[in-house]
This record gives sequence, C-alpha cells and structure tokens, in this order.
Amino acid sequence: MSADVMVLVEHRDGAILDTTFELLGKAKSLAAESKGEAVAVLLGSGVAGLAGSLGAAARVIVIDDPAFEAFSPSAYQAALVPVVRDREPTLVLVANSGAGMDVAAGLSAALELPLAAYATEVTMDGGSPRVTCQLYAGKIQATVRFERGRGIATVVAGSFPAEAGAGAGSPMVEAVAATASDGRVRFKRLHRPEAGDVDITRESVLVSVGRGIGDQDNLELIEALAKALGGAVSSSRPIADAGWLPRTRQVGKSGLKVKPKVYLALGISGAPEHLEGMRGAELIIAVNSDARAPIFSVAHYGAVADLLDVVPALTARLGG
Amino acid sequence: MLDRDVTREIFEGISTEGEILFYALTGVATLVFFVGIGIRLRKYARGRPQGVIGSPLGFARRAARSSVDTAFNRTVAKRDLYAGVFHSMIMWGFIVLFIGTAILTLEADIVRPLAPQFSFYWGAFYLVYSLVLDVLGMAMLVGIAAMAVRRARRPRQLDYSRVDIAPATTDRGGFRTGDWIFLGWLAVLGVTGLVLEGARILAHDFPWFEVFSPVGWVLAGVFEAVGMNTAVAEAVRSSTWWGHAFIALAFVAYFPFSKAIHALADPVNLALRSPLAGQRLPVLATTGAMPADGHIGIRDLADMPWKALLDLDSCTKCGRCHVACPAVASGAPLSPRDLILDLRQEADAAWSILAPLAERRSDHPYGGAATRGDGGLPADPGGGAGPNGGSRVAGGLISADTLWSCTTCLACVEACPVGIEHVPTIVGMRRSLVDQGIVAPSLQTAFTSLAKQGNSFGQSGRARARWTDNLPTPIVDARKEDVDWLWFVGDFASFDVRVQEATRLVARIFQAAGMDFGILYEGERSAGNDVRRAGEEGLFEVLVEHNVGQLEKARFRRIVTTDPHTLNTLKFEYPDFGGEYEVWHYSQVLAALLASGDLEARAPIGRRVTYHDPCYLARYSKVTAAPREVLAAIGAELVEMPRNGANTFCCGAGGGRIWMDDSGLTERPSEQRIREAMTLPGVTDFVTACPKDLTMYTAAVKATGHEDRLLVSDLIELVATAVGLPLESAVLREAQPEMELAAADGQPG
Amino acid sequence: MDYVVLLKQVPDLAEDLEIDSAGTGLDREWMSFVASEWDEYALEEALHLRDATGGTVTCLALGVQAGDVDELLATCLARGADRVVRVGSFEQSPDSHSAAGAFAAALDGIPHDLILTGVQAIDDLDGQVGPLLATRRDLPHVSVVTHIAVAADGKTATAHQEYAGGVVGEFELDLPAVLGVQTSREAPRYAPVSRVRQLMKTATIEKADGGGGGSGSGLTIEAMAVPESGATAEMITGNPVAIADRIAAILAERGIGAGAPR
Repeated sequence: MSADVMVLVEHRDGAILDTTFELLGKAKSLAAESKGEAVAVLLGSGVAGLAGSLGAAARVIVIDDPAFEAFSPSAYQAALVPVVRDREPTLVLVANSGAGMDVAAGLSAALELPLAAYATEVTMDGGSPRVTCQLYAGKIQATVRFERGRGIATVVAGSFPAEAGAGAGSPMVEAVAATASDGRVRFKRLHRPEAGDVDITRESVLVSVGRGIGDQDNLELIEALAKALGGAVSSSRPIADAGWLPRTRQVGKSGLKVKPKVYLALGISGAPEHLEGMRGAELIIAVNSDARAPIFSVAHYGAVADLLDVVPALTARLGG
Repeated sequence: MLDRDVTREIFEGISTEGEILFYALTGVATLVFFVGIGIRLRKYARGRPQGVIGSPLGFARRAARSSVDTAFNRTVAKRDLYAGVFHSMIMWGFIVLFIGTAILTLEADIVRPLAPQFSFYWGAFYLVYSLVLDVLGMAMLVGIAAMAVRRARRPRQLDYSRVDIAPATTDRGGFRTGDWIFLGWLAVLGVTGLVLEGARILAHDFPWFEVFSPVGWVLAGVFEAVGMNTAVAEAVRSSTWWGHAFIALAFVAYFPFSKAIHALADPVNLALRSPLAGQRLPVLATTGAMPADGHIGIRDLADMPWKALLDLDSCTKCGRCHVACPAVASGAPLSPRDLILDLRQEADAAWSILAPLAERRSDHPYGGAATRGDGGLPADPGGGAGPNGGSRVAGGLISADTLWSCTTCLACVEACPVGIEHVPTIVGMRRSLVDQGIVAPSLQTAFTSLAKQGNSFGQSGRARARWTDNLPTPIVDARKEDVDWLWFVGDFASFDVRVQEATRLVARIFQAAGMDFGILYEGERSAGNDVRRAGEEGLFEVLVEHNVGQLEKARFRRIVTTDPHTLNTLKFEYPDFGGEYEVWHYSQVLAALLASGDLEARAPIGRRVTYHDPCYLARYSKVTAAPREVLAAIGAELVEMPRNGANTFCCGAGGGRIWMDDSGLTERPSEQRIREAMTLPGVTDFVTACPKDLTMYTAAVKATGHEDRLLVSDLIELVATAVGLPLESAVLREAQPEMELAAADGQPG
Repeated sequence: MDYVVLLKQVPDLAEDLEIDSAGTGLDREWMSFVASEWDEYALEEALHLRDATGGTVTCLALGVQAGDVDELLATCLARGADRVVRVGSFEQSPDSHSAAGAFAAALDGIPHDLILTGVQAIDDLDGQVGPLLATRRDLPHVSVVTHIAVAADGKTATAHQEYAGGVVGEFELDLPAVLGVQTSREAPRYAPVSRVRQLMKTATIEKADGGGGGSGSGLTIEAMAVPESGATAEMITGNPVAIADRIAAILAERGIGAGAPR
C-alpha cells in the first residue's frame, strides 16, 4: 500500500476539465501530508502532450490507446482496475461527474475498495483519509473514514479551488499499456448541444430561470429583464428538459458552470446539482415563492415573492 | 240565453272521411310521440343505477316542490325576471291550450258517443273556456315574441361559440336553426289557431257569445275590414283548420326529437335533483372487488348514471351556466353547457337516437370509435364503439384539459333552471382520469404530499400545528381533553404563512370569548374535500378514515372550522363513512358570540367594506347571513358585490385547481373579482371568510396593482380590530391606526 | 424482453432530518419514506420500453422493515409492472454495496435482459447501486442515461450518457446490461391510491433470497451533522415593487443596470 493520492483525469476536446485541476490541487496537499505522491492517471488517445499541464501531480500515468478516443465506462474501468490494484494508493479521487460516477462505483466493486460519494471535503488524518460527504439533497453532512484506511472518493465539482491544481510543471510521466475491455459497451458518437448564440460562461450578468416561471410564455418577461440588465438568460435543468431554452443555457451539473458577476436566480429551488453550476458567482440574488428553498442558503440576497410580480417591476425600474 | 246554442261545432265542415283521416294522423303522431319517449327512456336505462328517490316522504316533498317551482317558473325567473315572466306565458299558454284540446277530445270522442247526457261543451262552460284559451293563447304569442326579440339581439348567454375548440372545427348552425324552428312552430300554431277562430267568427257572422273569444273577435273584425266576406272566411277557416291540425300533429310527433322534450324532462329532472347536489358526491366502492369492467368513475358513456343521462336531455341551451362559470370567464377550455351538450350528442349518436340539427364537429365526430385516453387518434381505427356503445368520454370526447379546468364552484348547478348536476358528472370523469393516470405533475405532487404527510404543502405532518407556537395561551389538545368545540383547522389555515396570521387571531378571539375549544394538533389531516373533487377517491377515503378515527377518539360536542371546503365534506360527506357531526362555520360562531355579548365590539369599524361570499359557503352550505351579521355587529358599512350571495363568483382555487398550473388562463378569476370590487365606490376593504380566498385575493390584489386601494383581509381581522386585539399582519397593522382613528370618532362612516 | 427495475425508498425530505443521539446516523423516530425519485424514472422508462418491445417488467425492492416496501411494490404494479419481488429482509435500508450484493444474489433466479435503476439516490453514501451491481454480476453498464432504446433483435440497447455542458455521449451496449437512469422520457405516471390500496390487498409479492449478506460499504461513519448554512441570504421584504427597487439598488451599487451597456 502506498501513501499516494491518485486522481483520474477528465478531458474533452484536447483540454483538461477544471474539475481535474480541483482534484489535483487537493491531491497535492493531501499527498504532502500522507508523505506520498499526487499521481494523475490520464487515459486517452494521443494525449501524451496533456501530461505537461498536470504540473501539480508528481507523476502522471499515461495510458494512451485508440480505445480511449472517447470516454467509455467499461474501457476506463478495465484499464484502471489493474493500475489501482497494483499501486494500492491510499486514496483515489474521481470527479462526481457523469463519467466519474460510473467508473468510481465500478472500480469500487471490482477491487472491493470502499467508496465515499458526494465528497465536499477531504483531509488526511494520520495517513488515512477522512472524507466529508453531502447527502439528502445537501441537508445532511456525513464524515467518514475507510475501514481499511484506503478508498475512493467522488468529489462534487467546485469543492476545491482549481487554481491549486493548475499550472505547469514537469511530472514524471509513466506510460502504461492498456488492458483491453471486452467491448460490450461501445462508444458511438458525441452529441453536442447546438451552438447557441450565447455562451453563458462568458456573461457577466445572468438572469436564470427555473420551474417557478410557470408557463413558457412568461419567458419573454425574463428576456426583457435580461435585456434591461445587459445580460443573458440561463436556466435550471427542468426548463432545458422541457425544451423552453436550449441546453446551452442550462446551468448545473449536466449543464454549464458559470461564475458571473451577478446571478439572478428566479424561481429556482436550488437543488445541489444546480448549485454546483453557479455557487461561484460573485453576487447571487434569489427570488422564490418558497421561503424554504435551498437556493437561499447560497444566495447573498433573497426575496420570498412571486417572480412574475417582481420581474416586470424590476424591468420597469431599470427602464426596460 | 246560455243554452246549447252557445257553442261551436267540433269538426265543423269536416266530412266523415276527413274525420277519419284526422284520427288516423292523430294516431300516427301519437305513436311517433310515444316511440320517441320510449327511445329516450331506454337511453336512460342504459345508464348505471343511481338511487335518487331516497325516502318516499322526502321524494314526495321534492316532487311537490318541483311542481310548484315549475308552475311558478321560479328557477327560470331567478335573476332574470324577463325570462321568468315571458317563459311562464309561453309555458302556461301551451299547457292551457293543450288541456283545451284534451277537453275537446273528452267531449267529442268519449262523452258524446258514450254518454251524451253529460255533454258539457256549451253555455257558461264554453264561454269560460273560450276566454281562458284566447287570453292564454295570446299570452303565449306575446311570450314567444318577447323571446324572439331577445334571441335576435344575441345576448352573451345565447352565444353558442365554444371555448375549448377552434371555431373552424365545429358548426353549431343546427342549434340556432332548431331554436328558431321551435319558436316559429309554436308561433305558427298559435297564430293559425287564432286566425282560424277569427275566420270562423266572421263566417258565422259574429255570434254574440263569441265576444268571449276577444282575440278572435278582433281578428274577425280585421278580416271584415279588409273585405273578407263570409264565404271567403269559411274557406279560410276550413283550410286553416287543416293547416293547424297538421302543424299541431306534426309538433306532437316532432316533440321528443327536439328542444320540446324539455317540457317533459325538466320538471322530472327538477324533482329528481338531489337536495345535496354537488355537496355530497357518490361513494365509490374502492375497497374489495373492482367493478366488473374495471372502470373507476365515468370513463365511457355507459358508465354514466341514468340521472346524468336525464340531465343531458334536460338542457335547453339557455347558457346560464356558461355565463356564470369562472372557467369560461378566465379563458379556460371548459364550458359546463358545452360539456353537457357534447355528452348528449355523443349519447344520441352512439345509441342511434334521432336528434336532428345537432352540432357537427370535424375533430371528434359524435359517436365515433373509442379514442385513446389522450384524445389522440383511435388506437384501432377500424374499431367501433364498445359493447355498450359510446366511446371514451373522460379524456376522449371531453378532453382532460377541459375536465381539469373546473373549480367545482357549483355556479353552474345553482344557475341551472332545470336541475342539471354538472359537477358530479365532471368529478365522475375526473375519477376516471385519475384512474387512467392522466394527472398533471403539479397535481401528482399535491396528491403524493397529501398521501404521505396529510397536507398539500409538502411539509411534514408533524409541523401542522406550528402556527400555534408563540400564542400567548396554548390551545387545548382535543385528543387529550374533552372540549365543547373541536376546531378542525385545515391545510391552508395551518400552513399558508398569510393565513396563519388569521388562524392565530381566531384562536385568540375564541379564547377571549371564553369558548371551550381544542384542536387535534398533528392528528389532523386534510379533510379531503378538494382531493375528492379532484377525482382521487382512494386518497379521499384514506384521509377520511384517518380523520374519522381521530375524531372518534376525541370527545367534543360540535365542530367549527374556518374553511368552507372542510365544512362541506365534514358535514355532508363524512356521514357516508361513519362520521356524523354538527359542523359550524366560524362566521356563524362569531355571529352568535357577538349577539350574545361574549364578544364585544368596543371599537366599531367605521369602514366601507365589501364581502366576498366563498363559493363553498354560499352555494354549498348556504351560509350567507352569518358573515353579514358579524360585519353589521362590528360596525362595518357593507357594500354588496355586484355578484353576491348564491350568485358569488369563484376565486378559482377550488376543486384542486389551486394545485394546478393556471398559467394558460387569460385572466385569473380572482383578478376579475378584484376588478369587480373596484367598481364599488369608496370601498376600502375586501373581506373574505375562507383561507383559500384570502390567499388568492391577496395575490390578486397585488397582481392587479390595487393593493394600495383595497385591503384584503379575513373577517376575523376586522373582528379582532373591533374587539381590540392587535393584529399580526404588517399590512393590516399599518392600516390599523386609521381604523382606530375612525373608531375614535365614535360613529361609523 | 425481460426488464428488471431496482427500487428503494428513501427518507422523505419534507420531514426535518435529525441526527440520532450517537451522532452518526439519522434519528428514525419520525422518519417517513418515499420512493427514490430516480428509481421512479427508471420504472417509467422500463414501462415505456416494454410497451414498445413487448416483454415483462419485474420490480425488485429490498425487504426493508423501516418504511413500506409493500406499498412501493404495489405502486409499481399499479403503474403497470408485471411482477414484483421483495428481496431479503433488512431492518433498515442497507448501504449500496450490500444492496448490490443482495440484488446480485436475487438475480440468479430472475430472467433479466435489461436492468434499470435510478442513477443515484439521496442516501448513496457509498456510491450508486447500478454500477456496483453491474460489476458484481459482470454486466456492461452505463449510468446517467437518457434516451434509452432497445434494438429490434433484442441483443443490444443504446443510451445517452450526460456530461457537463449539455454534452452527451451515445453508447451501444450488449444485453444483458445495467443502466442508471437520469430521467425518463415522460414524467412518471400517476398510481391512483385506490388501485394501490386494492393491489396491496390482492396482489402477489414474490420473495427472493438476498444472499448471505455482503461485505458492507467499508466505510465508518464518524459523524453526521446538519451543515451550518454559513452566510444565509439577506432577505428583502415588502411588496413586489419594493423588492424590485431594492434589487435595482443592489445592482446599481455594482454598476449594473445603470443604463450603461456591458
């Protein structure tokens, strides 16, 4: 068993995702405490060049194979099982993303290695990890340890600063051969949302709308407000699911992560999956008719009111 | 003088062959009439059994009441004196003329052949008979003319345009044609009768006694004045006689296949109308075996109870339900009139009943094959109607959107002059929608919350009594101690933040008045009135079982509640499940307390207020006096809403609608009601006596931008001010100094 | 096609969740239970797939004493499932690893071409049942999926896996396989209370053995707590116009909405 902290790298279109940097930064500080190394595991096809940007890691294990052209849970799982089994790291950090959830749980079962999910904090205590997990839609926090001192943790996006893990460096790069998967899960293609007219991750003011909007026709009120503010309209998942706004406007775990100057959350209850996407905003103002909506716990300002009353008033007030 | 010459010859100038022809035609017409009636009765026989008679004595009373109502056209005259007067004239005119013909038949076909010594059609009898028939015949024509004028001016009530489907998909020209044919036919009958009489009088050269047929006498004079001689008059008379005979007999044959059927169906329907129409809905045997065809509620035409089928035939398309309905007013796709007419035409088409001049729909031809539950294309296009005939109605012919639009406010049932019970039919179909799983997500959420936690707010049932925290004096727990009054608080009064302010005041007022009362705390669950009306009968039964169990364990004499919905179900429906209670509305209790002096209005409210009668209080429980007594006792100056009492206009929350999305409406009923209140000069307060009303109107007054001019408050808040208790609501507290100032002046106003 | 759906109940979040006296678990006294939301999506998908391809839908749930598993299974039947099976017997809802072990044992006796379960549940401290079960039984798996379809020959299925930014990966899997369902194509259909009650009385709920107990989650819970909400929002009160004014003022302080373009 080593004192290493391993991080599964996620990348797309030739770029490393922010969540990986968040994990790397954390892994580096944890590894320092456990007197081990932060090891990044990078799977892909033709990705050796990416290893250089994983500077926070002491070592990068690269498994380069055409089979990893795109992410596939079974391919990743098959490749990672021997790596983790052989190296026996103290902790494996995986992002709690669509891809990560699949792989982490599969690894846990294959290796009989415990898994702590929805982690928001990880510390090292006497060489073994202590993980804080959020459960019950964020209402309960559980602090756990692994019975045998080693385990896997899936980490909620945005839990750690990405800056700590970014930055160039020269980690030791180790190439490892891929273990082929049985091919029972085959990647077909990637569907990207149609390029929207607006990139909400670049907007400084977002007027975001949730189920509280009621009817699709009410969206024009929101558009008017966004225009008056010089911002753009974004939404929570249900609005995108209903097709009222394109997916490119969706904020949250399955959508985009945004950090605008101002985030107006209108009729959004604040489920953890949504908060993941916007809690980094500088100023969050929430309007919701339910006084107990979780959004109020991350907002800076809040009002318990019907957004259909407040929005036109606000637009008028702004001269829109 | 008044001898056997004072008479007219029956069948005058008609040969024996003519008489035989006449009787043959009469026979045919009568046969067709009875066949038509028989077909209708068979139609009702297809319906599910339904007990409407009840106790013989009770039924006899209702039948007597219906006879009186019919005789005086009370239901027709309600809020429409014009219709009441002129319809009475048509009705009585027709009845009397019909009886007149029957009398002639008696004389000509029975008495004269068999017992000529009893012949009576002469002398004084003849004079009285002639006078009465002339006057009533003229009255009938005047009535017809008045109704024709009204109809020609196209009042909104008689505008047949539909609210639920695109105008291009339907053609209701047949309705209008049928209406004018009916009116016209009666008019022609009346006119030919009088012309015939005038011609006869002229032909006989004005026998003196015929002055007792004044209209005929005058007409005869007119004919003479235009140059008609006796020979021509006789020709006119005999040809008109045949014309009148044909038209009359044809009318008899046409009767059961036309609008005319209402004359027979309506008095019967009124007699059979349940005295608790809408207030008590039928129990469904959901425990034990499922019904044989597995249908819960009214899914297909054949599931309709027979009384509902009679309802369909009773409709005269008067449109009163249509103009009273809040769904119609707010742009929802529901018209109670069109729901009834759709079902009627579907039944006629599916069961091959001749009903000419019907509506023609291109989107859903009546009597078509069974459609899918969502009203889409038929699952099996070649398939015909089911074994009982008739396609799916719940979610098929009547779309789910239409059915879910109803607030169950009972305005339609109350307005209907012919005793149609729209609401139970709608709820019956909603039961089927729920059974088919056609339930909007927001309604599902409410049902799930009610099932799990006993309230529709998604909050823990254990939090139900949190509104009592911080009350100066704790409320007695009725589960542990005996009390005189069991206060059944209800969902909205317990959980809605604004309504909680009023609920706490009720508690403190009751305590100040020295009432011995308690509540069930977390033992209480939603009484289930609106759950039942939203069609979730199974969930209703779960709630009832629970509440009855809790109430059985508690010891109390009577129940009081602030919620008229709760009041309705506890009083009228819980007895079907073993819970018999004496239930009061808090306005009735307050009225009694103020009258007895247990509560003293030391600081009368000198404000001009208007009071909104809650639907469930005014129409269901028929309590309209008590809140007004309370307002009077506390010195408020009441200005009545234009639509008040049993004619009140719904806030739009009932029937589960408060749990449904209302974004599709053009204007919410509650906002229309606020605008109605704003027409009252000088009124500053809008007073409610129902928790849902308080919620809806508080939102509506903000949405319409009138919150600075109209204060929406609960009755208890005015009482509290008058009695000297400080209010919680910040809005009202701001207004309180004004109120106290007015009170300090001494006199109201 | 034999569809199998794995379901469980979770604590109803309408209740206030409280920590027990030991500080390591939830206080169960007043807990009430509801079906896990994502499992309902999985069932809804299974029903749609069955209606399209033919076959049967069998629902499995662990025989947990806390809560009401029989009601859960009766609800599945009321929604249209063909068979329901109660697996094993547990005093409380076990962790995901143990659950996966129990389901894995039960599946020996239940034909399965496609296994569907919710992508996650609110109490999945130790991971999600779908991938855990799939790996135990050596079945291909993809989680966080929507847009499930089964090929005409019944040998493969396709599904879309959701990533961030609205990006979606389309996968083809050989059956039998396990899918963790993110959301269903239509909202879960309503199960009328009367049918559920009737089914609870009359329906057959089969039983299956949950195996000899698994290894457990391998986690030790040191503490459970209600997180401090940290800085909660400063609440703005008043009527909508007053609220709008205040918001406009807050924005103006930051130079937004003062009329200046971005």
